[in-house]
Amino acid sequence: MTAFLAILLQLVLLLALAPLLSGCIKNWKAKLQNRRGPRPWQPYLDLAKFLRKDMVISEHASWVFRLTPQLLFLSTLLAGLMMPLVSAQAPLSLFGGALALIGLLALGRFFLALAGLDPASAFGGMGSSREMTISAVAEPALVLALFTVAIGAGSTNLSQMVNAAQGPAWKLLNPAHLLAFAALFIVLLAETGRLPVDNPATHLELTMIHEAMILEYSGRYLALVEWSASIKQLVLMALLVNVFFPIGLATALTPQALGISAVWLLAKLLALSAAVVLVETTNAKLRLFRVPDLLSVAFILATLALFSTFLFP
Amino acid sequence: MDLLSASPFLELTLGLYVVGAVGGLAAGRQPSAANVIASGCAALAGVFGILASINVLTGGSGQSPVSFELWSTGVPYLRPSVRLDALAAFFVLIVSFVGLSLSLFSVGYLRSFYGRKNVGLLGAMYNLLLLATTLVFVASNAFFFLVAWEIMALTAYGLVSFEHEKPEARNAGVLYFVMSHIGTGCLILGFLLLFRTTQDYSFESFRTLGQTMSSGERNAAFLLFLVGFGVKAGIVPLHIWLPEAHPVAPSHISALLSGVLIKTGIYGMTRVFFDFLGAPPNWWGVTLLTIGTISALLGVLYALMEHDLKRLLAYHSIENIGIILMGLGASLMFLHSHHPVLAALALIAGLYHTMNHAIFKALLFLGAGAVLHATHTRNMEEMGGLVRRMPRTAVLFLIGAVAISALPPLNGFVSEWLTYQSLLQGFGTTGSLVRAMFPLSGAMLALTGALAAACFVKAFGITFLAQPRSEAAAQAKEVSLSMLAGMGLLAGACIFLGLCPTTFLKVLDPVTQQFTGEQLSAALTVKEGFVLGNTQALGGTVSTLGMVLTALCLLPIPAVLWLCFGRRSSARIGPTWDCGLLGLTPHMEYTATGFSKPIRMIFKALFRPRREVQREYDYSPYFAKTLRFESHIEEAFVSRIYRPLNRGILRLSRRMRALQAGSIQAYLIYIFVTLVLLLLFAL
Repeated sequence: MTAFLAILLQLVLLLALAPLLSGCIKNWKAKLQNRRGPRPWQPYLDLAKFLRKDMVISEHASWVFRLTPQLLFLSTLLAGLMMPLVSAQAPLSLFGGALALIGLLALGRFFLALAGLDPASAFGGMGSSREMTISAVAEPALVLALFTVAIGAGSTNLSQMVNAAQGPAWKLLNPAHLLAFAALFIVLLAETGRLPVDNPATHLELTMIHEAMILEYSGRYLALVEWSASIKQLVLMALLVNVFFPIGLATALTPQALGISAVWLLAKLLALSAAVVLVETTNAKLRLFRVPDLLSVAFILATLALFSTFLFP
Repeated sequence: MDLLSASPFLELTLGLYVVGAVGGLAAGRQPSAANVIASGCAALAGVFGILASINVLTGGSGQSPVSFELWSTGVPYLRPSVRLDALAAFFVLIVSFVGLSLSLFSVGYLRSFYGRKNVGLLGAMYNLLLLATTLVFVASNAFFFLVAWEIMALTAYGLVSFEHEKPEARNAGVLYFVMSHIGTGCLILGFLLLFRTTQDYSFESFRTLGQTMSSGERNAAFLLFLVGFGVKAGIVPLHIWLPEAHPVAPSHISALLSGVLIKTGIYGMTRVFFDFLGAPPNWWGVTLLTIGTISALLGVLYALMEHDLKRLLAYHSIENIGIILMGLGASLMFLHSHHPVLAALALIAGLYHTMNHAIFKALLFLGAGAVLHATHTRNMEEMGGLVRRMPRTAVLFLIGAVAISALPPLNGFVSEWLTYQSLLQGFGTTGSLVRAMFPLSGAMLALTGALAAACFVKAFGITFLAQPRSEAAAQAKEVSLSMLAGMGLLAGACIFLGLCPTTFLKVLDPVTQQFTGEQLSAALTVKEGFVLGNTQALGGTVSTLGMVLTALCLLPIPAVLWLCFGRRSSARIGPTWDCGLLGLTPHMEYTATGFSKPIRMIFKALFRPRREVQREYDYSPYFAKTLRFESHIEEAFVSRIYRPLNRGILRLSRRMRALQAGSIQAYLIYIFVTLVLLLLFAL
């Protein structure tokens, strides 16, 4: 019963919190650029609107195009259920840890890229090609940084990694963790389609990556795709804040502990969002072929993190 | 189950392959009869092969393996002795299961050869190849092993150049022939080296080599066998024959070559390195792990550059052999550092991936064969839109694509998860800097996996989705039921091995028991087999079945959302957004070459792409009348190593030609000088 409740709670949290986070980032970014910007809760209204709208589906699209939104939504939610959000014990931690999370996100991306190719539009193909390229180049840095933390924790289970982070052996200023955090922050920017890698606010198809891939989606399919993108962003940000700053995470399943933990989580996520906003406002978009340089910096940071475990065991 | 019954099953299997080969040849005049006889015998033999190997693998550890002699020869050393131990049984399981599926497929597939080629000969060679491959796995005498090995290599040569009217098939056949024999040469030298110590060719005598052989000789043997088996497995840089030879054969043969035949290299390495050569020094494992990592990465990078569907799949075989070798290499390193449980885990990871790769690669090659059958081209740039015209083939190919991209919940994910787990735990086994290799090769494995996903988005997306790019693709028809059944069997195995790993792991227990003394299936099973663990109490766990079931439970969420909000909304079919132009044509679609362009640019130091653009224009280069674009990539290994080597050999041969002047007196002098030298040497 508790397990069921934990899953339910986390599901609600994932579905409800994700659009707010995207909204806040948009709002703050506008503020920093001296614009009024959309209200933070605008993404909820957008989602409701998309869900009500009629759809236009391309005449060339096949069942892959129709299957993808649901598959993407479910695989992203599953990945979210493996991530410790408010309780150190993730509801589905038994079914998979860091590797399964990466795998599930990759599964969603795989189908989204196929759906980009499906309607026979050059924009979609371009988006798919670029998305798969960038995620491939980001992958080694992501995995190596996570491995460095996993080796310290002795497990790839995210709950175990968080538990180890709460233990006395954890040093926040451990060089390995700082370097791994830096690497993962760069990967976060790439994986969630943020500046300087991709511009989420662009209206020019040729500069799009993620947006070009989903150009043909409309109506309720678009709602699912957008929602999945913001849930994915929430999951990756939670990965950064909870594994590296496990302050306030509930170890017991009491309402009080969970409440405190939720407040902490929100505070940490907003702080990380602020960092993302600062990076997005102060950086221009990189040329596509400069992005691998940025991501190889992330990989080198992760490698340094690994080697610093030799120096500072 | 009674272990003794494995022996008649094995005899039946071998016998049926012989019957299939002879029957196919005999019925050569009637293609349909030859097809039924050859495919039927091979399928039946596959069933019996599965029964024989399952019998051994589930028979428990107490019993001794099946071993007998096929017939008795009076010749010393050359004894056709056969031994079906756990490792052999595991590989026989692979060849039998894949063979069964391929035979189902070939019933329908061979129809396109009627009246065009000798179907009886093809069926006979197919059976002979299966027979030789099975014999390679069960032979327990070096002499007999090499005979089977050569029959296998020669039959494969015949099948690669089966469509010999095409020059590419002839060239690929010769290249395969030469490379394969370089490998066999190394194997012969290696076995002779072992023979020096044991004075016997039986595998039984080799098992005690570890104590008696000097370490220098063992290292030499390791290198000889690494090259010998490495050529067959297609490790980088000995792989150059593989992407040439595998695609040009008929498709079910390609599936057999890529799915099973290269595994004879893996079998040989496991047999020699784990079974014969005794306690491994550390550098053996390090070498295998390094070669594995490099092969995996380069294999997938070159695969991405291909737009020939079957060549693309062939390059992926190099990648997957690399992943398998990562498991085997890590296992050798753990054996060196006396961590038998970890060694067993890494060995399981490698062997699980061996099984998985055999299955999904065979599935993908059959899918490519079905597409080739329907469109008569291997060029992806001329395909597209096949998901509507060949819906069942598309689903089956997609299952294979998801599996090979190591995405959950299919089998590729499970074996790569096990590889990651063994690499991660390996970090704690040693204090030296070598341990950094484990996470670093893990990161490279991640890059490989992500690139493979990109490659299969391309392979599936360009081939099956969007608008047809040619008339042939627009006219394509779904393939016959027998071809679908062959692919369906393999796709089912992908799903089973993905969702029920703990059930399958029991099969590997006798193998790990044989080489590491550990049985891990119980330790890897958590929660009554529902969840796969990594042998450690707080270590990572994964449950692909759990993921699927949870996803099914979450399925109502989108449905409820649509019911709440979108009851009145409708969907209508419309044209794709075309920027206000007059409709999209297939020429405007993204191409396979375009899709992989970013990767080509990022790794251009490796690929060194050569491009040529020719414009013809009347007044201004901005208004070209015709435009010709040519882009070409040559493998660095071919242009930097093999071509200079080739030139060197030719130059040397030209010099040597002076010796062969055609004068009999000169030849007599050569013989005389040789004789004197030999006599001096003997004294």
